[in-house]
Amino acid sequence: MSQTALDPSATTGQPAAESAEPSPVASSDAAAASQAEVSQEIDEIAAEYAARGSAPAETMPRLDYPPYRSSILRHPTKDPHHADPETIELFAPVFGHQDVDPLEADLTIQHSGEPVGERILVTGRVLDGDGRPVAHQLVEIWQANSAGRYIHKRDQHPAPIDPNFTGVGRCLTDADGHYRFTTIKPGPYPWRNHFNAWRPAHIHFSLFGTDFTQRMITQMYFPGDPLFALDPIYQSIVDPQARERLVAAYDHDLTEHEWSTGYRWDIVLTGSQRTWMEPETDA
Amino acid sequence: MSPRPTLAPTPRQTVGPFYGYALPYAGGNELVPPGRPDAIRLHGRVLDGHGEPVPDAMLEIWQADADGRVPREAGSLRRDGFTFTGWGRTSTDNTGEYSFTTVRPGATGEGAAPFFALTVFARGLLNRLFTRAYLPDHPALATDALLGSLPTDRRETLVARPAADGLIFDVRLQGEQETVFLSYPGTEQAPHG
Repeated sequence: MSQTALDPSATTGQPAAESAEPSPVASSDAAAASQAEVSQEIDEIAAEYAARGSAPAETMPRLDYPPYRSSILRHPTKDPHHADPETIELFAPVFGHQDVDPLEADLTIQHSGEPVGERILVTGRVLDGDGRPVAHQLVEIWQANSAGRYIHKRDQHPAPIDPNFTGVGRCLTDADGHYRFTTIKPGPYPWRNHFNAWRPAHIHFSLFGTDFTQRMITQMYFPGDPLFALDPIYQSIVDPQARERLVAAYDHDLTEHEWSTGYRWDIVLTGSQRTWMEPETDA
Repeated sequence: MSPRPTLAPTPRQTVGPFYGYALPYAGGNELVPPGRPDAIRLHGRVLDGHGEPVPDAMLEIWQADADGRVPREAGSLRRDGFTFTGWGRTSTDNTGEYSFTTVRPGATGEGAAPFFALTVFARGLLNRLFTRAYLPDHPALATDALLGSLPTDRRETLVARPAADGLIFDVRLQGEQETVFLSYPGTEQAPHG
């Protein structure tokens, strides 16, 4: 069974979204459809998924998800081809303290002044599919500032740039797989997938495991965001339980008196294909 | 066979449009300094389902060294100019072009066909894609298990083309000559695992 075969809107060899929806190849910048139209597409796909009953739950986003307009011409239409990982694919690149300065884990100290916004601590563990910690591995994050603005030339919407906030952080996990960032809570961000489209507040995460095959990039969200139901990127994970795995938990034990609020979010990679070997650089 | 996973994997999401100030870094595409005598370019374009260039894709390569050894050295993010870490990252430019400076990977075993392992990210791509770029004209291509499991026209999408300065490898996300993308055991939707 393939991802494509599970997707009711896919037809082999065709750019998808030919079904009921108009303008299937609208550019992501066209902002053509209304939120109501996009929400209807989202709801139809969700209803089809719910109606499948006892089929195995989907754990990943669909690559072919027409409500996210820029996916239409960028998703493979053929099933991924099975490969058994060989040599290089059984290992991941190594990162070390020469690559990452410990200060890079604090996004609030990268400039001469304090960034504006709600200071937060985001921490958790990186685990593989068998629950083993991914130790001494690179975690990269990037995000908008508290006003929802990215430091990127293509983000030109009229929200202020914060001269004291870049929104980029890195760290290495510790021996137990823990990562920890101090940052500012990002604001919701407007985009042009459709008219008046807003992304829920999120932090992008880039992760490596012990194997090449575990490489992933994802987004962490904040609990209770009113934009979840409207967002085609979040909703591209059609299984409700699966997409909730992207939502951090507020944790008052991580909140510090008169300093910052705290969020906990654990990340599970897929299983390691290598049989478990001794930790390579463990202290 | 891998151990049976016990935890549900965290879903992946698109890299989005605004990673450019965060993930690419100076020297990310230079696995070896360009002046090194055995340096080659691995370059190409990322194209969408209409054959249009994708200007906001990011590629990572991971490879054996020239002797076929899997690198286990840190230092990819701050290269010292001497250590071969085997890993690099770059973005496509406005014309959908990417370029790495590296060495040809050696065979990792007797009779193994050397390849670059590639990861592809892009705005509009909700999950990363994996593929391989094999060295062209290598005798072991004929006996490679993965290539042997593909029809001829699909197989060609995984083999780099020779060029004067090295190798060309285009990534077609969709369409007639869509690149073969790979799923390893347990890495994609649950039904795959």
